[in-house]
Amino acid sequence: MLTRLANPGFFMRVSGLALAPLAAAAALLFALGLYLAFFASPADYQQGETVRIMYIHVPAAWLALFFYSIMAVSALGTLVWRHPLADVSQRAAAPIGAAFTLVCLVTGSLWGKPMWGTYWVWDARLTSVLVLFLMYCGVLALWRAVDDPGRAARAVAVLTLVGAVNIPIVKYSVEWWSTLHQGPSVFRMGGPTIDPSMLRPLLVMALAFTLFGTALHLAGMRTEILRRRVRSLTLLQAERLERAAA
Amino acid sequence: MMRVFAALVRRDLAIAVRVGGAGGLGLVFFLMVVTLIPFALGPDLNLLSRIGPAVLWIAGVLATLIGLDRLFQADEEDGSLDLMRLSPAPLELVVLAKCVAHWLATGLPLALASPLFGLLVALEPAALGRTALSLLIGTPALAFTGAVGAALAASIRRGGLLIAILVVPLMVPVLIFGVAAADPANAGRDQALTILLALTLASGAVAAIGAAAALRGGGQ
Repeated sequence: MLTRLANPGFFMRVSGLALAPLAAAAALLFALGLYLAFFASPADYQQGETVRIMYIHVPAAWLALFFYSIMAVSALGTLVWRHPLADVSQRAAAPIGAAFTLVCLVTGSLWGKPMWGTYWVWDARLTSVLVLFLMYCGVLALWRAVDDPGRAARAVAVLTLVGAVNIPIVKYSVEWWSTLHQGPSVFRMGGPTIDPSMLRPLLVMALAFTLFGTALHLAGMRTEILRRRVRSLTLLQAERLERAAA
Repeated sequence: MMRVFAALVRRDLAIAVRVGGAGGLGLVFFLMVVTLIPFALGPDLNLLSRIGPAVLWIAGVLATLIGLDRLFQADEEDGSLDLMRLSPAPLELVVLAKCVAHWLATGLPLALASPLFGLLVALEPAALGRTALSLLIGTPALAFTGAVGAALAASIRRGGLLIAILVVPLMVPVLIFGVAAADPANAGRDQALTILLALTLASGAVAAIGAAAALRGGGQ
């Protein structure tokens, strides 16, 4: 299945069929999730209405890591199998992941102002997400710096994998350095500590974000494949013109 | 294997000494950064001695970044990198040798001179020793991490800024544990020193594999 999907032509057909339903499902889930988050869930007894920022903030943080993992898996595909589709997947994932990381940082600091009294603190989690954002910036910068798409993909793949090795180290060293952010409350030993009335909208929003992100990723990959076809067609045409002129 | 390694280190050191005067220039740059910071902060010696280790470490990171853009690019341009790719010695060994030479030319003089520069920011004798020790142990990690960025940008013109953007996020852990290990008032300083050593060894392995993969990818 995976090997058949890895054929760009087949991928274009399947992704073209899957894109519309995926986007529609994401839109429906967003409508439901936003309704649950803003109207059908209680305000927090301590945080008041600002708790609703969490329904955007937490899924964005998950997706920031999710897209880095997609990049890392695609990077393996690029380096081990030299597969062009893996290059395309890497390339499409980078800006989406960077955008979700930025959303996570911005919503977090908007929440921090009323809650902590400041837009930014040098706390472990905030700082490690900031470092993640800087890594995304590095990946995007490297994509732009190398002209040849195949070489750029291999360079970015190395950078992504080195970054993937470093992310846990950065996370733990920054935690050792300073911590203020609340600990995990959904995925932890002994079950979630968050109330079901808030967990439900959070999970719906997380699913909506994931579907939305996947749809964006597919659309980005399709655009990139088409862009490469245009590029090689342009190169072919230039060659033909040159030969005709000679 | 060891002969190749030693020959490469000797060659790179000779180039550093004869062409760029890399070690000396790096030291001057280090001195410049240490001089600039009191101008920005004011001449308060108490404040300076409190942030002194951090100043020296930041100066160390910046001084490491300076020479990185030529680490592989010079060899890429004059073709010697192609010879290294073709040689029977593994590219990982070549990368390690070049990192060691880079460190001997920039990091080591910096660590050795840091007690002198520490006096400028009014460090206590205990802090002087610990800062020098932490720089001695930690700067190889900076050189190794930087080598990955240098290898990625080897064939890119004007890659200096790009290298900084690529590698600075990866240097965060080294900086955290380096400054923690340098502070004699920190209770976890010995633990931090051990972790710093672990980071140096681990980044050596990651750099050898990562930079070699990057150089192979760039050659096709």
